[in-house]
Amino acid sequence: MKRVVITGMGIWSCLGTSIEEVKDSLYNGKSGIGIEEDRLKYGYQSALTGIVKKPVLKGLIDRHLRRGLSEEAEYAFMASSEAFRMAGIDESYLDANEVGCIFGNDSSAKPVIEAAKIMDEKHDTELLGQSFIFQAMNSTVTMNLSTIFRLKGANFTISAACASGSHSIGLAYMLIRNGLQDVVLCGGAQETNLYSMASFDALGAFSKNMDNPAEASRPFDRDRDGLVPSGGAAALILEDYDHAIARGATIIAEVTGYGFSSNGTSVISQPSDEGCLRAMKRAMEDAGVTASDIDYINAHATSTKQGDMFEAMAIDKLFRGEHALVSSTKSMTGHECWMAGASEVVYSIIMMQNNFVAPNINLKNRDEFSEHLNLAAETVDTEINTVLSNSFGFGGTNSALVIKKFV
Amino acid sequence: MNRAEIEAKVKDFLINELEIEEENIFPDAKLKDDMGIDSLDFVDIVVIVERNFGFKIKAEEMVGVNTYAKFCDYIENKIK
Repeated sequence: MKRVVITGMGIWSCLGTSIEEVKDSLYNGKSGIGIEEDRLKYGYQSALTGIVKKPVLKGLIDRHLRRGLSEEAEYAFMASSEAFRMAGIDESYLDANEVGCIFGNDSSAKPVIEAAKIMDEKHDTELLGQSFIFQAMNSTVTMNLSTIFRLKGANFTISAACASGSHSIGLAYMLIRNGLQDVVLCGGAQETNLYSMASFDALGAFSKNMDNPAEASRPFDRDRDGLVPSGGAAALILEDYDHAIARGATIIAEVTGYGFSSNGTSVISQPSDEGCLRAMKRAMEDAGVTASDIDYINAHATSTKQGDMFEAMAIDKLFRGEHALVSSTKSMTGHECWMAGASEVVYSIIMMQNNFVAPNINLKNRDEFSEHLNLAAETVDTEINTVLSNSFGFGGTNSALVIKKFV
Repeated sequence: MNRAEIEAKVKDFLINELEIEEENIFPDAKLKDDMGIDSLDFVDIVVIVERNFGFKIKAEEMVGVNTYAKFCDYIENKIK
């Protein structure tokens, strides 16, 4: 089996659009959440959302390559460009080598809805134009990135709800570990437009604490009132260790374990402690680590009572009495949904590189299920060598990754 | 709509929607070779022309319409 290392990463999120900016936000516990009034006018129950800067791509990419980009693919392009740059992978490398592309994405609502509106009015597909199809498919991110960067390897999208980004890293890791790819661009992307979250808002799962946006997302806190949707994109370059060494790449971390599971229950929206536990255990077994080896757990915890509860129960079963610090960066980012599993690996690597654990902000009164967890309510300056990153999604899909500092 | 108005509208969408450099727009400019318009662009041009001139381009009528001037001629004839 090959060793799988990370040689580049990029992030475009409500915490910032560069590694440095995101590091400062994480360290200082700065929330990226705000209000988008249009959501209320449109009929949402909550106007809260992660506020993500829109990239300007004119001048960066030729219009022929740009026209098929959905909002989330634009974010993914920005994150991927940064990841390739960090990895020292340029156009000439991409022309001469096979690089794969696997992203997590599970919707592209805006082009779907806009095309449907035109069809309702015109009843003529010839008046749709050519862009919608390339923007509307779930694979919009991988089809566009693979075309823009002219990639020649694996090219597909993982749709696994809020665990999509994490599974994309897991799958890239498996392909490299088994010798099927040397380098894979992977990550997650999430749209934030007006249409993106209406059907999720319908569940009444979003916080309505609109008077205090920065305090709205409060995982593990008993006074939470729901999650805050967010988005952007995160990209990582996963690479075969020998390949990275041979080309003189700087290695920033190592992926050592991936665990997946499905809950096996019959409630589509309800998480399960047993399902979470099986994914975590599988990832740790794969990595050859035990609970005492884990220094930090980046929890999935989204700031919903049920989700936080089941994850806290699972972590408690595995980690009670152990030293691992726990925080949910969603307290600052909101729930980055399809992107979250990838962005949270980027956030964890930033912490690993800079010797701190980012705070689970807004944790004032922990709930009864998290009372035995080593929750970091404030920033903790400490060395982190091994991270467990959890992601869980609708339909009972679970993913856990073990990331180690490269030594 | 006179010829000048047609050309102004066509130029405007070529520059602003298809991002074609103004210097590449001249009467004999080839739509494909000089202006870089490809087959997928034509799918968008159908939409843009319908929005701006109120008629739908038919592919069979576009045979031989391969320059900027001929494209403007085509539109002029259609909206006469």
